[in-house]
Amino acid sequence: MSAPTTPPAGQPVNRVGLSRADYDGSKTTLCPGCGHNAITGGIIQAAWEAGLEPHKVAKLSGIGCSSKTPAYFLGHSHGFNSVHGRMPSIATGVSMANRELLLLGVSGDGDTASIGIGQFMHMIRRNVPAIYIVENNGVYGLTKGQFSATADLGSTRKSGEANRLMPVDLCALAIELGCGFVARSFSGDQKQLRPLLKAAFAHKGTAIIDVISPCVTFADHEGSTKSYAAVKEHDAPLHDIDYVPYFEDLSVDYEPGTTREVDMPDGSRIFLKKLDTDYDPTDLKKAWAVIHEAREEQKLITGLLYVNPKTHTFHDELRMVDAPLATLPLEQVRPPQRVLEEVMRSFAEGSAPIGAGGG
Amino acid sequence: MKSVVNDFSIHVATVNGSGSQTANNVLLRSIMQMGVPVSGKNLFPSNIAGLPTWFTIRVNEDGYIARHARNDVLVVMNPETAATDVASMGPGSLIIANDAIKFPDVPADRTVYRVPMAKLMEPITNDVKLRRLVVNMIYVGIAGQLLGIEQAEVEKALHAQLGKKPKALALNAAAVKAGYDFAAENPLAIPFRVERRDLTGGKILIDGNTAAALGSMFAGVTVVAWYPITPSSSLIEALIGYLERYRRDEKTGKATFAVVQAEDEIAAIGNVLGANWAGARAMTATSGPGISLMAEFFGYGYYAEIPAVVWDIQRVGPSTGLPTRTMQGDLSFAWGLSHGDTSFPVLLPGSVTECFEFAGTAFDLAERLQSPLLVLSDLDIGMNNWMSEPFEYPTKPWDRGKVLDEAALEKIGQFQRYGDVDGDGIPWRTLPGNRNWKGTYFTRGSGHDELARYTENTEAYVRGMDRLKKKMENARALMPQPELLETPGADVGLIAYGSSHWAVLEARDLLAKQGVKASYLRVRALPLAHSVHEFARKYARVYVVEQNRDGQLREKLLTEVPDAAARVQSVLHYDGLPIDAQSVVDGVLAHEGRTVTEGATR
Ligand SMILES: Cc1ncc(C[n+]2csc(CCOP(=O)(O)OP(=O)(O)O)c2C)c(N)n1
Ligand code: SF4
Ligand SMILES: [Mg+2]
Repeated sequence: MSAPTTPPAGQPVNRVGLSRADYDGSKTTLCPGCGHNAITGGIIQAAWEAGLEPHKVAKLSGIGCSSKTPAYFLGHSHGFNSVHGRMPSIATGVSMANRELLLLGVSGDGDTASIGIGQFMHMIRRNVPAIYIVENNGVYGLTKGQFSATADLGSTRKSGEANRLMPVDLCALAIELGCGFVARSFSGDQKQLRPLLKAAFAHKGTAIIDVISPCVTFADHEGSTKSYAAVKEHDAPLHDIDYVPYFEDLSVDYEPGTTREVDMPDGSRIFLKKLDTDYDPTDLKKAWAVIHEAREEQKLITGLLYVNPKTHTFHDELRMVDAPLATLPLEQVRPPQRVLEEVMRSFAEGSAPIGAGGG
Repeated sequence: MKSVVNDFSIHVATVNGSGSQTANNVLLRSIMQMGVPVSGKNLFPSNIAGLPTWFTIRVNEDGYIARHARNDVLVVMNPETAATDVASMGPGSLIIANDAIKFPDVPADRTVYRVPMAKLMEPITNDVKLRRLVVNMIYVGIAGQLLGIEQAEVEKALHAQLGKKPKALALNAAAVKAGYDFAAENPLAIPFRVERRDLTGGKILIDGNTAAALGSMFAGVTVVAWYPITPSSSLIEALIGYLERYRRDEKTGKATFAVVQAEDEIAAIGNVLGANWAGARAMTATSGPGISLMAEFFGYGYYAEIPAVVWDIQRVGPSTGLPTRTMQGDLSFAWGLSHGDTSFPVLLPGSVTECFEFAGTAFDLAERLQSPLLVLSDLDIGMNNWMSEPFEYPTKPWDRGKVLDEAALEKIGQFQRYGDVDGDGIPWRTLPGNRNWKGTYFTRGSGHDELARYTENTEAYVRGMDRLKKKMENARALMPQPELLETPGADVGLIAYGSSHWAVLEARDLLAKQGVKASYLRVRALPLAHSVHEFARKYARVYVVEQNRDGQLREKLLTEVPDAAARVQSVLHYDGLPIDAQSVVDGVLAHEGRTVTEGATR
């Protein structure tokens, strides 16, 4: 079956003529109630609303309960469930080979903040165009509940054992490394998560979304700072978020002074409605301050922490031809015979540099 | 005095980073320009500047270009190693020394030729730093005059290398001339002579890493990922140089390639797998420590069936080992890289020409077999200078393997990513970006069935693993076949691969002179061709020559032909120096129960 041109009668379709069901994947095998399942639902909805073309998406992940989820959404997109902590290197390779693909990566806090922290950091440094979602539950779900490096100070395991090590704040780290799109959200807040996802789809470089996603089996007890109850209690959204894609020619009326607008390069717009304070997500220093304050006050701030739609991306750096490298015909990638002859002459005459050793 | 024409070795002992490389290359080239075959081997320390380094030039009109164990002419430029360098020279040898360097007296049957190099440099430049660099050209001139290398050829070689830097050229030319003049005024009768021949016409002098870089560019590589490590870095650096020059549009500045310097080798192989999965021709180059790190991803690529080309320029292990010395120590590890049942196609280039050709073969086979593939070169082939015919422009189109595009998917029923539809164990794949939903699949390193669905079903697992085995079994015939040199009436068989080839070729001739007739088979790939099995069974005594301690190819061979175990022995060389013919002869004769009649002396 090719992409359906006529959707089943009665079902609403998006701008590319697909129904929401066209963005489904196979049935989840995660625990019922797992936060990751809610994020899967959010991704399906956001992808449908954004009108992503499934064949232009590549789903990528590492290893963990979270990393299994790409099988559960966008069943008509190619997927690559890689090895533990190494999804960023796969993303980087795919991005070089086919610049037209939208890379949608899902990882866990173990996958990202421990084994994969090196690759995570280097992907951000390079600003590889990709959406990188961390489904953050503070534990290694798949290996049965050990602490991860994002577990908060004092948070306990089911056994009662408390974490005494400093947590890695992936958003702070991403901002530090120059990431142009950094958000934090909660799997239980779809109203916030969906517009963030859609905005991330429109971002040109690496977009990091750290989504607190409770593990109902190993971290939903009292004492866990990433349980549903704890997150709901401490969640402090920075703003209400609306996202208007470029293809929806909507004029939005907000009372002056209540809303900030961020323009994305493709013409889409993010509207951030002020809550308690007026938070400016384009101000790097504010972003740092708010993250540190939140830690001191044991608050979970969520929303768009930092955005800079005009960063220098990996593709800008590589200056590749417009067509994906993977599609170039032989004539374009094998220089003509005279080039080899020219090079061979230099090695016959001795004008080419020879011998790469020391001395 | 019996003269020794076009058959001797010159050993230059200098200090790393002292600029001797240009001098040595000029010496090497000028002899080659006189039509006499040469080879140049750089023996350098794991150090940027200041430690001892040696360069050996073998001059041999019979065309033997392996390292020779015996040196005939020594150039002493390093005070630190002078005593041991001089002591290593045998009777009849010539020692050219900077007269500022002191070393113990030598026996009377060695000739010492002292040159007041500092004094000769005085009129050439006042700049102390320049003097230190340019003084190397004095020994070029001295050796040139004493050995009969035509001064015009030295000047030509110098011009080829420094023609673009007129100031440096003038200084260096003056030093060469000073050397020639001094030696002409202070003549010395020595046996060693270079005489003009016509044996090198049209030949090139190149290192294997540069050859591999060129081959990769002409094979249409589009994605390169790497993490620097000796002795592989020069491959990628050369490749980047060529790609920037020939594959980036001058006007638009846009490139038909992408290079990333990865954060480590795990990332590099991840980049390569990701890019190949998405349909690019992607490669990396590394050495032992790098392939150790890549092991997990190799297993992934094996099981998920993703092409990847990895050059392993072998150096001495284990661990950091001797990072700037050569070895063939990675064969066993490469074959079974990663946990679980795995095996990988391995190419074993034996020359710079094969480095060029196998670069394309590697992509074709990795894509045909949908598997990570290793090319095992080594420091000797990769970083030393080898004479070769110019490389031939590839005329064959590339083989991108079994890829179903949108139109092809339209014509089939169900797409089975991991089904053995053709009966050869090789499945069909699709690439992301394909509009036809029929071709969509989910790639994973966990258990999967023919339709790429997750499964822990025991039968599906076994079916998958058996098909992978069948795929590699069929690969025996797809890989480059061995090169066979048969000798009528031989009852000894020699087997070798990679850089050992040149020493074995020479050793075979030396053995013939000792009355040992040997056929020779050069293995060019794993999995082994059936003809290797036949060869091992055919001869009464078979010697597998390799540059490692454990006889890794022999071990591999005997797991496949256990019945030949009693007849197949190892001849090994693993001290980090490139293997030489005499050590092969000695090893074979010892096994043959014969005393070694002619050792390393002339
Ligand atoms: C190299 C390697 N080491 C260890 C493991 C075992 N392992 C599987 S998942 C996992 C942790 C996953 O944690 P996280 O990323 O937080 O995912 P979650 O299950 O919590 O969603 C570990 C350690 C592995 N698969 N590979
Ligand atoms: S173990 Fe935890 S993280 Fe894993 S599926 Fe169950 S609830 Fe989710
Ligand atoms: Mg986790």
